[in-house]
Parts: sequence; C-alpha cells; structure tokens
Amino acid sequence: MEKPKLIIDGKRCDGRAMDELRPLKIQAGFLNKADGSAYVEWGNNKILAAVYGPRECIPRHDASPYRAVIHCRYLMASFSTLDEHGRSGPNRRSIEISKVLKEIFENVVITEKFPKTAIDIFIEVLQADGGTRCAGVIAAAVALADAGIPMRDLPCAVASGKIGNEVAVDFGKLEDNYGDGDMPIAIAPRNGEILLLQLDGMFTKDELRKAVELAYGVLPKINALQVEALRTHYAVKKDELDFRGD
Amino acid sequence: MEILDEIKKDYVTDLMKKNKRPDDREFLEYRPCTVEKGIFPFAEGSARVRLGKTQVVAGVKIDLGTPFKDRPDEGVLSTTAELLPLASPTFEPGPPDEDAIELARIVDRGIRSSNAIDLTSLFVEQGKVLMVFVDMYILDHDGNLIDASALAAMAALLNTRLPKIEGGQLIRTESTEKLKVSQKVVACTFSKIDSHIVLDPGLDEVKATSARLTIATTPDYVCAIQKGGRGAFTREELFNLVDVSFEKGNELRKLLD
Repeated sequence: MEKPKLIIDGKRCDGRAMDELRPLKIQAGFLNKADGSAYVEWGNNKILAAVYGPRECIPRHDASPYRAVIHCRYLMASFSTLDEHGRSGPNRRSIEISKVLKEIFENVVITEKFPKTAIDIFIEVLQADGGTRCAGVIAAAVALADAGIPMRDLPCAVASGKIGNEVAVDFGKLEDNYGDGDMPIAIAPRNGEILLLQLDGMFTKDELRKAVELAYGVLPKINALQVEALRTHYAVKKDELDFRGD
Repeated sequence: MEILDEIKKDYVTDLMKKNKRPDDREFLEYRPCTVEKGIFPFAEGSARVRLGKTQVVAGVKIDLGTPFKDRPDEGVLSTTAELLPLASPTFEPGPPDEDAIELARIVDRGIRSSNAIDLTSLFVEQGKVLMVFVDMYILDHDGNLIDASALAAMAALLNTRLPKIEGGQLIRTESTEKLKVSQKVVACTFSKIDSHIVLDPGLDEVKATSARLTIATTPDYVCAIQKGGRGAFTREELFNLVDVSFEKGNELRKLLD
C-alpha cells in the first residue's frame, strides 16, 4: 500500500499541530455494576474501563500476604478496527499491554492497605484509533478513583512519535501505522516519574529527548481532564443541595 | 520461597547502600559474556549466549509460507521465547506466560524497528514468501534474560543461511546465501534497586528490582525501549541510561563479530 503523506504544509494529516492532542472526553462512573468505571473517547478511540475490588483474589494462590494484587485485562473488541473481524480473546500483543498497564497501577495504588485481595481492572477497546493503551491508562485511572481505591497519584499517558524527522504527540491510527516510531509513556503527574515507557522505531538521542519533552508538555492537560471528569461526576451541582422545608 | 526472596531482596538492597553488588561488579558492568554461533547445524541459524550463569540458545528456522494480507510483498518474522521449566524452579510448563511474551516482544521490537532483516528481500513470488522464525530457549535463568536473549537472537540471525528453493520447495541441505542482516541490534537492561541503578542484573538483583528499563540500540539509534516493574524512572535517569546503552551496546556488538 502507498504510504500516505503524514505532514502537509507543516500540519499533520488530520490538520493538527505537532503538539496538539485529539479531542479527549472522559466520563467517570459510566457503568452500573462495576465498583468504578470510566469511558474515554479520544479521537475515534472508544474505550471503557471498569474496576472491581478490593475483592477475593482468584486464583487464590495469586494472593499476597503483603498487598493487594492487581489484575489487568486489556482487550480489543473483535469489531474495533476497520480491518477484518478480529479474533476474540487475548493475543500476544494484548497480554504484553495488560502486563505493562498492570505495572503502572501497582505503582500508584496503595496496595499495602488491602493484603490478600485482588483489584481487577478491565479495559475494553470498543473502537481503536491509535493510542489505545494510553487511552486505557487514562480510563482505568479514573475508574480506580471512581471505585474509591486509594492511590498516590492519578496516572496519565500519551504516545509521542516520529514522522520523518519531526516529532509529534498523540498519534492517530494513520500515524501509528505509517509513522516512523512510536513511544507511549505514562507518568505519575505529581512527581513526574515514568511509570510506563515503550518505544519502537528508530530514534536518535535528540529525537528521543524531544519526544519525551513533548509528551511531558501535554500530559498535564490530560491529567486535568481526568480530574475534571471525576469532579463533574461527584461534585454537587449548585442549588442541588439546600435547606428544605415541607 | 517468598520468605527467601524477601531476605535476598534486603541483602541486595543493603549491599547497594554500601555501593556494592552481590558479585562485586561495578554498577554499570556486564557479567562475562560469550556468544557461540552455529551450534545446531540442523537449524538454519543458531547461537548460544552465556551471560554469567544465564544461558540462552536461539534457533532460526526458515519456512515457505503465505504473506500477511496487508503486506503481500514482505516476508514474515516471528519471534518467540520459551521459559523452559528446566531453567529455573520458578518456571512452569505450559503456554507462554506474560513474562515470556514480553521478553519475545522486546527482542522482536528491536529487530523489527531497526529493519535489521529486510522483509521485502524475503519475497519469493506472488502469494509466497520466506518466513523467519526466531525461537529463544532459556536454559538457565540467572537474571537479565532480555539482553542474553536479544544477543542470542541476533547471533542466530547473523548465522542464518537461506535454503535453496526448487520447484516451490525448500531444500534445507543446500543453501544459496546467508540471510541479510543489516544492523546489529543489542539490548541493555538496567535495574533500579532502591535509588541505585545497575546494568545486567543477576537473579538476586532481579528479585530486589523495583523498576526495569531495557534500551535496544544500533550504533546510531535507539530502536526499542521497554520499562517494566512497579517502580519508576525519572526523565534524567532515562536520558542518562540512553547514553550508557549506546556505550555498552558497542561492547556487546563486538561479541557478535
């Protein structure tokens, strides 16, 4: 297939600037049964995260006497892409992603508080438009907070990458497929520490540095939207609460 | 087992505070490493790597097959890792678990990103391509499986011969040429223990690790990164370790000559 032009007149193929995010919408408490949940739309990504727990750890031998264990299941729906019908169930890619996402939340959740239990995080990618693992992080973080699970921080994530010799942030599907490198990164925004970092493609030292700095530039915006989503869900609206007589 | 791990973890962490490692290495020093190519002549390519007491073999098989639908003019590269139960008391029989899959995918990413194997050169005819299977078998787990496996995979690829194709069949006993490998990709893995960072963690150090960072490089480019573990790295640590990876990567690359 012919490689599409990803940069036209200094703008990206969807008209964005290099450091511009796609529209990102987050709703906390989207589901009814889960202890916590969130729905994220990011570009054409549609991603649902739900959290159960702390609850009994299954399988039992997974449980730790020291802390809650975190299980994370990231899956793409069989109808989530423009390609043919996908196979259901985990594949090698989704197992790897599930593992690195789990490690993010092991860092921030105060698991010591709930020994011998499990916290189960489910991330379902209903529509995939590039950057699904980062969208998954954003959704799962809000879902954990919605479940009332104590955390040291609310992690957020974004992928930056390379298009030719340019570095850009928040790759869409086309850029994901035809760009020259991709670097998803998740941080704990309060201390700026890196909780997830993956990279493929060929980056020089300088390009790598630029890609990291570009991500750090937009991550606070993403974090603010997460906080806003939680605030909107939980805040008491003006005039909603008042002294009431008969 | 868990109690023993906790004790070892404390032991290693205490040593680090005295600026020492369990085997007296420098913080940014590899264990002795050897690479042997062509150890299994029946495979199209093979290699063994010993990194301290860690031991990994890799075998490459070349098959004829059909290309992926979205890449009809490219061959197929497949990389897998087997954490054999004979390699460690903690490895269990069964399908690859998340650790095995992550390991294989990190190695795969380095090779794929760098275009070390030119997949278009594996095109045979319409609907028919060569498939390259790189399988890494862990024989002894004494820490840092990623760097050892990446080295074994690369060495095996460098050692791979392409079988002769005749009448739509592979003749494995006759080879026409060697597989073209344009880049030597090597991986450097670091462990963060407490606030210290060490290169090439041994098994006891792995147990004490809060966060792990693997950086795969060619001489000029970073071509794969993977962070693992519940701990974290700062930006400055990352940039610093990228520098170290280029430097140490050149040492590793010499082993592949």
